Amino acid sequence: MTEIIVVTSGKGGVGKTTTSASIACGLARRGKRVAVIDFDIGLRNLDLIMGCERRVVYDFVNVIQGECTLRQALIKDKRLETLFVLAASQTRDKDALSPEGVRKVLDDLTADGFDYIICDSPAGIEKGAHLAMYFADRAVVVVNPEVSSVRDSDRILGLLASKTQRAEKGNGGVKEHLLLTRYSPRRVATGEMMSVADVKDILGLDVVGVVPESVDVLSASNAGVPVILNEESDVSRAYEDAVARLLGETVPLRFVDEPKKGFFSRIFGG
Amino acid sequence: MGLLALFRRTPSSANIARERLRIIVQQERSARGGPDYLPLLRRELLEVIRKYVNVDPTAVQVNVEREDGQEVLEFSVALPEKGRPPAG
Repeated sequence: MTEIIVVTSGKGGVGKTTTSASIACGLARRGKRVAVIDFDIGLRNLDLIMGCERRVVYDFVNVIQGECTLRQALIKDKRLETLFVLAASQTRDKDALSPEGVRKVLDDLTADGFDYIICDSPAGIEKGAHLAMYFADRAVVVVNPEVSSVRDSDRILGLLASKTQRAEKGNGGVKEHLLLTRYSPRRVATGEMMSVADVKDILGLDVVGVVPESVDVLSASNAGVPVILNEESDVSRAYEDAVARLLGETVPLRFVDEPKKGFFSRIFGG
Repeated sequence: MGLLALFRRTPSSANIARERLRIIVQQERSARGGPDYLPLLRRELLEVIRKYVNVDPTAVQVNVEREDGQEVLEFSVALPEKGRPPAG
C-alpha cells in the first residue's frame, strides 16, 4: 500500500525541503520505494538539496500537462536504488498545478508500486501548499521553536483538519506529526528557547523528531547530499530516528538535553 | 545557568513566548471553522462590555460548538477580580 506524506509548515525557511530529502532518503535506505515531489512551482529547490539539479529534463508540470510520461520525469537517485525525485517546474506559475493533474500523478505512482510518496510543500497557504496536503495520509509539520513558526503551523493544522481529502471524506483525517528543527538544547536550558514539551503542549501533537541546530545542514545543502547521509552528524541520527518513528518504531528522543556540565561551570554559569 | 540565575526575577523569554502563543493559538483555534464574522463579533462585544466593566482583552471567548447537527454559539466573559485592575 502506498502512503502519501506531506512535509509542511506554513512558514518558510524552517527546513521543509531538508526534511523531505532526509526522510525520503531514510525510507529508501530501509528498502522502501520512495518518490519525493517538489510542489514549490516556480521556486524549485528540492533538486539542489538532493544533488540532482543537472539531471532535471522534465518536471511535475510537464507530466500534468501530458508533455512527457511520469517515467521520463522521475529522476532516479544516484546513491539509493529505490529513490526517485520529481522536480518542480521552474518557469511556470503555480496555476499550472490542478487537483485532477496532481491526483493523476499520485494515482500513477501508487499503481507503480511506490511505498511512500513524500510531498515537499511550498511555504504559505496558497494553491501549491493546499495541493501538497490535499491527498495526504499523514503530515509531518516542521516547526522551529520560535513564535511565528509555531503559530503558522497551527494554522496549517487547521487546514489539514478541514481542507484535505481525508478530512472531507471523514475517514479519520490526516495523521499529524510534529518535527522540531534548529533545536538548541543549550538555549532551552538557559530559557532563551521554547522546549520540545512547550511546543508539543501548545500544538497538541505527537513528536516524530527533534533535529538539533547544526552547521552540518548548510554543508549538506552546499554539497547536494541530504544531511541524513552524513553519518558523522547528530542531524543525521535525529532524522534516522524520525524515520524509524514514522515506520512505527519506538525510539527515545535524543539531542534534546544539554551535555552535563562540570562542577565549576555549574557554579559560575557560562 | 549558574547561581546568579537563581536571583533572576524576570521570566525567561521562552516562558514569555510560550504564554503568548498559548493565548493566541487558543483564540485562533476557537475562531477556526466558524463563521468569518466571529473575530469582528468578538471585538465588538469586547468594546460593548468594556463600556460597563473594564475586562481584560482576552476575557471574551467566542466558540462555535457542533452537537448533533446543531451549531451553538457560546460566549464566555471572565470578569476581573474585585480590587484587581485588569492586565490590559
